[in-house]
Amino acid sequence: MTSMYKEITINGLWKQNSGVVQLLGLCPTLAVTTSAVNGLSLGIATALVMAASNASVSPVRQWVPTEIRVPVFILVIATLVTIIDMSINAFAHPLHKVLGIFIPLIVVNCIVLARVESFAAKNETVPSMLDGLMMGTGLALVLGLLGGIRELVGRGTLFSGLDLVFGPAAKQFVLTVIPDYHGFLLAILPPGAFLGLGSLVAIRNWIEIRNTAKASAAAPLLKIAPSH
Amino acid sequence: MAETIIKHTLKTIVTMIIFTLVGTALLAYIFEITRVPIEASEKEARLALFKQILPESAYDNALLTDIVELAPSKLLGNRSSTTANIATFHHQAAGVILEAIAHDGYSGDIKLLIAIRSDGSLSGVRVLTHKETPGLGDYIDIAHGKWIQLFNNESLTKTPANLWQVKKDGGKFDYMVGATITPRAVVKAVLKALTFFDLNKDTLFYKFKQASPNAVLPTQMQRDEP
Repeated sequence: MTSMYKEITINGLWKQNSGVVQLLGLCPTLAVTTSAVNGLSLGIATALVMAASNASVSPVRQWVPTEIRVPVFILVIATLVTIIDMSINAFAHPLHKVLGIFIPLIVVNCIVLARVESFAAKNETVPSMLDGLMMGTGLALVLGLLGGIRELVGRGTLFSGLDLVFGPAAKQFVLTVIPDYHGFLLAILPPGAFLGLGSLVAIRNWIEIRNTAKASAAAPLLKIAPSH
Repeated sequence: MAETIIKHTLKTIVTMIIFTLVGTALLAYIFEITRVPIEASEKEARLALFKQILPESAYDNALLTDIVELAPSKLLGNRSSTTANIATFHHQAAGVILEAIAHDGYSGDIKLLIAIRSDGSLSGVRVLTHKETPGLGDYIDIAHGKWIQLFNNESLTKTPANLWQVKKDGGKFDYMVGATITPRAVVKAVLKALTFFDLNKDTLFYKFKQASPNAVLPTQMQRDEP
């Protein structure tokens, strides 16, 4: 049982990472990641939606007829997204202004429906919830990393806008990594998102290939089939 | 056979309806408990914005609720009706906060919030929303530059209308090289808003200068064209 949870976690965070392996949900990945805070915030919101939607679909899965499963799933996801949207609007109003239309758009993020359909509709509640949470966390990490890279290269700061989430007191945590930086506009503009994501995918593949090579060198008698 | 199809159809319909009802009920409940905080934070955000362009000491009325409805006007650039917030001090006209839209920015509309004192001088201007190029035209936004403060204390009496242009066009307003279209649009929009105020100030303050709170507005606002 624990090995199953471990596998779900590894799948979500690394092996099947939705941001850099499955490449699902590219719209928010590319559009929102102009800063680390923006990327992480939307990533966390998505992870919450995914955990909640997987957890609420799994217990009712046997009562949903196959013909209408997609409308029912979308209904559940849309309800949860709207709840999160309204909660952020009520309790982190400035952040809501920044993330704007991207929160409602979580509904159409393919990764959410994909996990409900391929995992929660076939598995027990607790593993489903963990799967949603881990897949979402994997995406949130990629969004935060990509946002951090773009912010650092584009503006020379990290975590700017933290006060939008935690109030004006958090302004002191904004790091000016490169003082008197004039900015590199390309990183903030949409092409920067594509270049950044491309680099992340490349780095992830490079690590994966190196690990595979290491493993086959360590155990030369075992033939390892390439997984890609 | 037919019976099973009907049974199956009914089951499908009932399932869909139940999910819809539960979802709707949940949303209605969340909407109800978040409504008050959302309204409060919207109000707070609006007041904080007002405070940037019109000091709290300048008025003593309920700025958020003392409003005048404005019909679409070429001078303000609004295509649907908008509201102006009226500031009064000891029942005397103190100023007005107008929303103006510049349609001729580099990309998309630029929405401005303009505070004008009753003597026709500008108390402050802020950009509400814009889609100008980040790093180039976005210095009109206070978050990215102090340029917008050039308008503080400007007026039509201080600067004649023909000088309400960027320096490149022979006016008095600075701009940054490489992004002229954006400030040009903003300067033009502020000038037009000042002109609007000049033409309509009596109408704007009419309701709030009266002792009786039930005074009604004159039926017709003045025409835009000077």
